[in-house]
Amino acid sequence: MHGFDFDVAHLLAGGLVLVSFMLLYQDRLYALLNVFALQAVLLALAVGWQAYVQDAPHLYITAAIALLFKAIVIPVALHRMIVKLGIHREIESVTGMGVTMLAGVGLVALSLVVMLHATAGESALAREDIAFALSVLLLGLLIMVTRRNAVGQVVGFMSMENGLVLAATGAKGMPLVVEFSVAFSILIAFIVIGIFLFRIRERFDTVDVEALDRARGGRR
Amino acid sequence: MALIRDLAVQGAEMLLVLILAPLVTGVVRKFKARLLRRVGPPLIQPYRELARLLRKEVVLADNASWLFRAAPYLIFAATWVAAALVPTFAVGLVFSWSADLIAIVALLGSARFFLALAGMDVGTSFGGIGSSREVMIASLAEPAMIMIIFALALLAGSTQLSTIAAYMLSPHVGLRVTLAMALVAIIMVGIAENARVPIDNPTTHLELTMVHEAMVLEYSGRHLALIELSAELKLLLYLSLIACVFLPWGLAPPGAGWSAYALGASSYVAKLMAGAIALAFFETAIAKMRVFRIPGFLGAALMLGLLGTLFLFVSRGGL
Repeated sequence: MHGFDFDVAHLLAGGLVLVSFMLLYQDRLYALLNVFALQAVLLALAVGWQAYVQDAPHLYITAAIALLFKAIVIPVALHRMIVKLGIHREIESVTGMGVTMLAGVGLVALSLVVMLHATAGESALAREDIAFALSVLLLGLLIMVTRRNAVGQVVGFMSMENGLVLAATGAKGMPLVVEFSVAFSILIAFIVIGIFLFRIRERFDTVDVEALDRARGGRR
Repeated sequence: MALIRDLAVQGAEMLLVLILAPLVTGVVRKFKARLLRRVGPPLIQPYRELARLLRKEVVLADNASWLFRAAPYLIFAATWVAAALVPTFAVGLVFSWSADLIAIVALLGSARFFLALAGMDVGTSFGGIGSSREVMIASLAEPAMIMIIFALALLAGSTQLSTIAAYMLSPHVGLRVTLAMALVAIIMVGIAENARVPIDNPTTHLELTMVHEAMVLEYSGRHLALIELSAELKLLLYLSLIACVFLPWGLAPPGAGWSAYALGASSYVAKLMAGAIALAFFETAIAKMRVFRIPGFLGAALMLGLLGTLFLFVSRGGL
């Protein structure tokens, strides 16, 4: 592993974590989607770089999938969904920004500690890739927890999946079939969530998931 | 003989920052005006303003104490020393051993302390509100700055600016995500510390928004000139800090010849101008923040510093 290859991979993976923090910070839905698209572009770059470094051409397909679906199709679809639902002006977050950010930094520290101990003896690139991937994954979870708006939760879910893809590309020799099935399951999950969003909205007149907490079954 | 030469170079550096500081402010103002399609003041306008203020009589409030009169000199001295300690065109000068990042932060902190005291001294409400806001911003910006220093010091193995700059010049520093984060964070801190646009507007005289201007409202004559010059020096300090840590190319190595010094000085001026123009673009493109959003802005800087420090452990492969 040359120094320069490692540095670029390090920069891109670190950039992914940073963009996760930006996702955590956004309180407007359009900005959230734009940042999510940015994360997907960064992911595509990171995966593409790994493909070049590891000399694994099938990873280019993974990068292309990330670019096509996550950077273009899903953000555009979510964008239109927000317009249709008429929630583009909503601002929301459950806890204060400071607490959320501190929790995020704590999660990153946790994942670094865990991963650096767990992967001792592996190559440096794989170690840091997996450590960063776990951070992205945990931050995605945190985004899902702190959002009340269902669209925000979808974005959190998708960004978690970005972490998974990053982890998978860091480990050498992931078969393409797995990659395809993950990509399609994400797409299907996205469609199902989309349908659910409209159903929730139909039932409760809002996509605020707190309304679901109050629902105790039965027809209104 | 060598000592005299070294002292001369150090003295030249101290004078250089003093002479260049108003020019940097002039460039920022000129470019901001040009971006708004105005002609703008000439580049030497800040010098003229200083000369005019120095000629004018000092008007003191009746209840101003000795502190009010002493503060401008203390502020100016601390800021000038801090600005002169940052390597501008050469590393390894005579006083480089004292050019510690923490010392520079401490010098700036004491300057700010006296400024805040002076703001409250006369007892006007504007001075008080300015001081309280300034201290709030400082209490958020300083931890972020210290965090950035930690990240840089862990990377370079020293908090001394000369050593850090020499380390950055060495070939084994690659693209580091930590450095990228530290750069963004130090720019954010610099914007907050210098009362630039998203935090405070340096040209405003609107009561509700001003921070720095509110504190110095009671000053006039040579006192005001010193305070204005210190503010200009502080802007120069942050620009040179960023230039020397993140763009160290052109810095003359210790014991270099005059040609290396000349090269260093010209590249330093070029870096300063580039920084001033970038600042003008940034300030024109962004709107001022509400005061209550400042903690979020500086919290992001703190977080970047913290993350940068954490990421260092990953790239080193141990914790």
